[in-house]
Amino acid sequence: MPADNALLSVIDLRLAFRAGKATLTAVDGVSFAIDRGETFALLGESGCGKSVTAQGILRLLPPAGRVLGGAVTFAGEPLLALPETAMRNWRGGRLAMIFQEPATSLNPVLTVGRQIGETLERHHGLTGEAARQRMSELLRQVGIADPERRLGEYPFQLSGGMKQRVMIAITLAGEPELLIADEPTTALDVTVQAQILDLLSGLQAARGMAILLITHDLGVVARMAQRIGVMYAGELVEVAGRQAFFAQPRHPYTQALFAALPDGRQNGQLATLPGQAPSLAAMPPGCRFADRCAAVMPLCREQSPDWREAAAGHWLRCHLKAPLPSWERGWGEGERPLPPSSADLHPLPQPLSHQGRGESGSPPLLEVAALKVHFPIRQGILRRAVGQVRAVDGVSLAILPGRTLALVGESGCGKTTVGKALLQLIPPTAGSVRLAGDELVGLAGRQLRAARRQMQMVFQDPFASLDPRQRVGEIISEGMSALRRDVAAVDRQAVIAALLRQVGLPVEAAERFPHEFSGGQRQRIAIARALAVQPQLLICDEPTSALDLSVQAQILNLLKQLQDELGIAYLFITHNFAVVRYLAHEVAVMYLGRIVEQGAAADVLQRPRHPYTQALLSAVPEPRLDHGGQRIRLPGETPSPAKPPGGCHFHPRCPRAAAKCREEYPEATAVAARHRVACHYPLEN
Amino acid sequence: MMDFQIVVLWSDVLVWLLLAAGIGLAALIAGNPPLLAAWRRIGANRVGMAAATVLLVFVAIGFLDSLHYRAALPGEPGAQKQYAVTVLSLLDALAGPLRTENEKTYSAPFATRLYAKETLEVPGLGTVREFPRLQHGGKHLGDDETVAADAGLTALRYAILAGLIWLALAVGVALAEDRRRRTEDSQLPAAKPPQIDSPLSSVLRPLNRLWRGETAFAWNAVLLTLLALLLVALPLFGLSGQYHVFGTDKIGQDVFYQTLKSVRVALIIGLVTTLVTLPLAVLLGIAAGFFRGWVDDLIQYLYTVLNSIPGVLLIAAAVLMIQVLIDTHQEWFATAAERADLRLLALCFILGITGWTSLCRLLRGETLKLRELEYIQAATAFGASSWRIIRRHILPNLMHLIIISLVMDFSGLVLAEAVLSYIGIGVDPTMTSFGTMINNARMELGREPVVWWSLTAAFAAMFTLVLAANLFADAVRDGFDPRTL
Repeated sequence: MPADNALLSVIDLRLAFRAGKATLTAVDGVSFAIDRGETFALLGESGCGKSVTAQGILRLLPPAGRVLGGAVTFAGEPLLALPETAMRNWRGGRLAMIFQEPATSLNPVLTVGRQIGETLERHHGLTGEAARQRMSELLRQVGIADPERRLGEYPFQLSGGMKQRVMIAITLAGEPELLIADEPTTALDVTVQAQILDLLSGLQAARGMAILLITHDLGVVARMAQRIGVMYAGELVEVAGRQAFFAQPRHPYTQALFAALPDGRQNGQLATLPGQAPSLAAMPPGCRFADRCAAVMPLCREQSPDWREAAAGHWLRCHLKAPLPSWERGWGEGERPLPPSSADLHPLPQPLSHQGRGESGSPPLLEVAALKVHFPIRQGILRRAVGQVRAVDGVSLAILPGRTLALVGESGCGKTTVGKALLQLIPPTAGSVRLAGDELVGLAGRQLRAARRQMQMVFQDPFASLDPRQRVGEIISEGMSALRRDVAAVDRQAVIAALLRQVGLPVEAAERFPHEFSGGQRQRIAIARALAVQPQLLICDEPTSALDLSVQAQILNLLKQLQDELGIAYLFITHNFAVVRYLAHEVAVMYLGRIVEQGAAADVLQRPRHPYTQALLSAVPEPRLDHGGQRIRLPGETPSPAKPPGGCHFHPRCPRAAAKCREEYPEATAVAARHRVACHYPLEN
Repeated sequence: MMDFQIVVLWSDVLVWLLLAAGIGLAALIAGNPPLLAAWRRIGANRVGMAAATVLLVFVAIGFLDSLHYRAALPGEPGAQKQYAVTVLSLLDALAGPLRTENEKTYSAPFATRLYAKETLEVPGLGTVREFPRLQHGGKHLGDDETVAADAGLTALRYAILAGLIWLALAVGVALAEDRRRRTEDSQLPAAKPPQIDSPLSSVLRPLNRLWRGETAFAWNAVLLTLLALLLVALPLFGLSGQYHVFGTDKIGQDVFYQTLKSVRVALIIGLVTTLVTLPLAVLLGIAAGFFRGWVDDLIQYLYTVLNSIPGVLLIAAAVLMIQVLIDTHQEWFATAAERADLRLLALCFILGITGWTSLCRLLRGETLKLRELEYIQAATAFGASSWRIIRRHILPNLMHLIIISLVMDFSGLVLAEAVLSYIGIGVDPTMTSFGTMINNARMELGREPVVWWSLTAAFAAMFTLVLAANLFADAVRDGFDPRTL
């Protein structure tokens, strides 16, 4: 496939890691080519080998990494054959790379200028005034205002988006012909992500630079890529042009990825992939996707499919001759939790009847009024408070029994703090939290413990939220031994088994330790732990943001199913609108510690009235080609909650800001039934 | 049959308690798979296991020296039994003549004559100045026999014995390991039919497997270390009955015996001190990190103040106060050994009081990090009490740090004892320790010809002990390193 005139061609690249005496093949025979000025996206879930491929191209493999074979040709030069000293001239010069985490890819003790200057000096021999001028020019190109001043600043003085811009400026300093971007926006907020993606495509158009974009996000792919390669378990399974990829994906894995995307269109369950990708140590001899494939044939398990051109420019690694006509059905049967029998459900509350649940007439389960959480900023020897971080500054919301409220916002807006303050894990500074009519703020000791039984939390990172030194059974029984004295120790084993079955895990899992489970399974354990005390409200703090797309779908299905069965209400804290669309009944949008818009999910998502909500929605890259429409780009980033702007917090970034917005904070006004907006000039329908 | 009275010194109690605690800890570890896996990794580490073998020999010497008794004095039958004032240990009983066969003053290793000339009356020759014959060292030799030939022959005999013992051990271990492997294999579903071996190959094959390191436990390293230890120890043991293998000191005591006796002091300083350090460091460190606020402030001030006092001065002041207390209350002690023992314990206590701060600071920092982790918050959300969270979540996750720092501190404490005894504020002068040996030998470095053996023996023994402890600490750190977990 690689064309002779391609800028970069990778032929049958095989990379491996040494682990003890074994060699684990992480990338097995990957071939692709990138033309000048083209954006090629490598798409895949974590552990599929996409980052290792990029490291292999730049020869930046970790010490345990080995190149087993293959060839990488860049502008006619075989990179793998070059000596290391020659390779250094290429890296950072005609080949450059930006990394996922802007916070750690810049050296914190060097100024921005020094770090850009390093590349200029190394690759162009520029020093002194000439270098300085070039640096300012580069910073201006990546959209940083006042570049002269920024050159003397240190990375900690810059925000996350600015750091990524600086990182891009450093790579541009080498005048690269190929830019390798390894998840360049994964660590950034959606509005900033949109800025960075715009910047990259602008630079690409101006310089005719090729981009190898590594990502797991179909939305980013749809926004950026001209050709797409999908990786699975160390192999490329499909390479297609943009149109073909989105119009008619051919590989069952790609089709499953599309089917697992949550959006408002599904009514019932999301399609999920059963099981997990095979581990590097135990690759099946046949097709690596066979165990999870809905269209698996006997041939698939015996023989690894060839890399063949199914249509012009559409390469495929699959035995299927004709594309699967419909992939909406047939997925995920094996992964669906067993329907719990009534005996299993014995310790859990009886489901509420469907009538009357969540109707506007019933009293709210949770009522939060004017909740404030301020953290004092202390300085000096006497640790006097010199200021306040207003993490949460007057939040009011209500959740009906058995309904889902999504709390949406970018990082730093205080949404996680709200969740923890509701559980009284962080004492609120002011305001009231009433659960089923009982005030929680100010409770302590036994009363608080009783209240906590009604309300539990599922955390974001399934790797940090389970004690690595306890068995799963002990983890799940922790809440029971603290809160449910009524369950005798003998019965606990039965309860644990029922809970594990309910979240779709085998009963034997109770005897194992968390590190033996994958991320999705660990999140299931965390959900089982929370369910063990029969809460009426579950606070889910970004429970799927650390998970891969196909696993995310499994967890979302599970949450939805549990809500249907048990009538639990969710407070779903997230920044992912796709998840909101799938799961939420109501939405509250937060900005700098306050709720700016609140209402039924359909209203807020279809007809946003606050400019911030509108911009947020339009910044989300849609994983579809037909995403036309006008994009609204917000300038700048969220200010610090220690020094919120006067007047309306949003006015410095708002395209509609007027004089009034700079002076007073707008009161929340009802624009429709149960749809409130805090804006002086709400958008019209 | 000699009659005796068992004497239990306080330090003995602590040593045996430590052994019991060690066994208890091993039982706990066996029930905790992650910890067990960590120790398995340590068991597979060759250097670590070689070091552990050496350490075990030292510990065995220390335990033998921690069983004390007083022998009955010969008396009239029927009269009340009187016991000797000297407290002896099992090691003394085993060493036998080493303790009692003292010379007049210095003699070099394997010497038959003293190191200094003396004026002697020789019948028929009048007064002569010459090196007198030793009373015990090499007295079995005739005038025309040379030490080298005799000692060499004895050493060779014992070395051959050592080789034979080692071979028997190696074969025993190999066969036991082979049997274990077979039973494990046969439990697997796809068990191979047992091979029928000839008697020779049935021994050689497991030995070969052992030698190539195909066992989970690093038996080849342990066996090689044992061979080296046996080759050194057995000839030394055999020769020490006839010669002063490490020479004698100023008052004619056998230096080999002193070296053996010093091991217990070093071990007690290294181990018992941690008994004092550990509760302080763990309790205060976790409390400071977990409760924050004024508890944290108080504990931080405490260890900052303690750290800012020069350690040696604090120890010197405390040791002198204890000495005054001991001197003014002679009636508390039945024997000199008990007095020396109390001072040793006081020293451990003081070293512990001044030594807990670094571990405390480490644990505070780690607890600060842990308490923000989501599983701790989840436990709080379940209404688990602080004590329960500390016990169930924080302490187990700090265990690796505690174990690593304990093993690393051991060698530092052994060296600290030597330094403190050297400057005169260490153990009781009547007690033999590496520090007192070095202290006594230092003046002799200046004389001509130089007396080098006391210092060399103390140095070699301490070097071996500390090196083994450090290598073992490295292995422990590698085994518990979270990156490999």
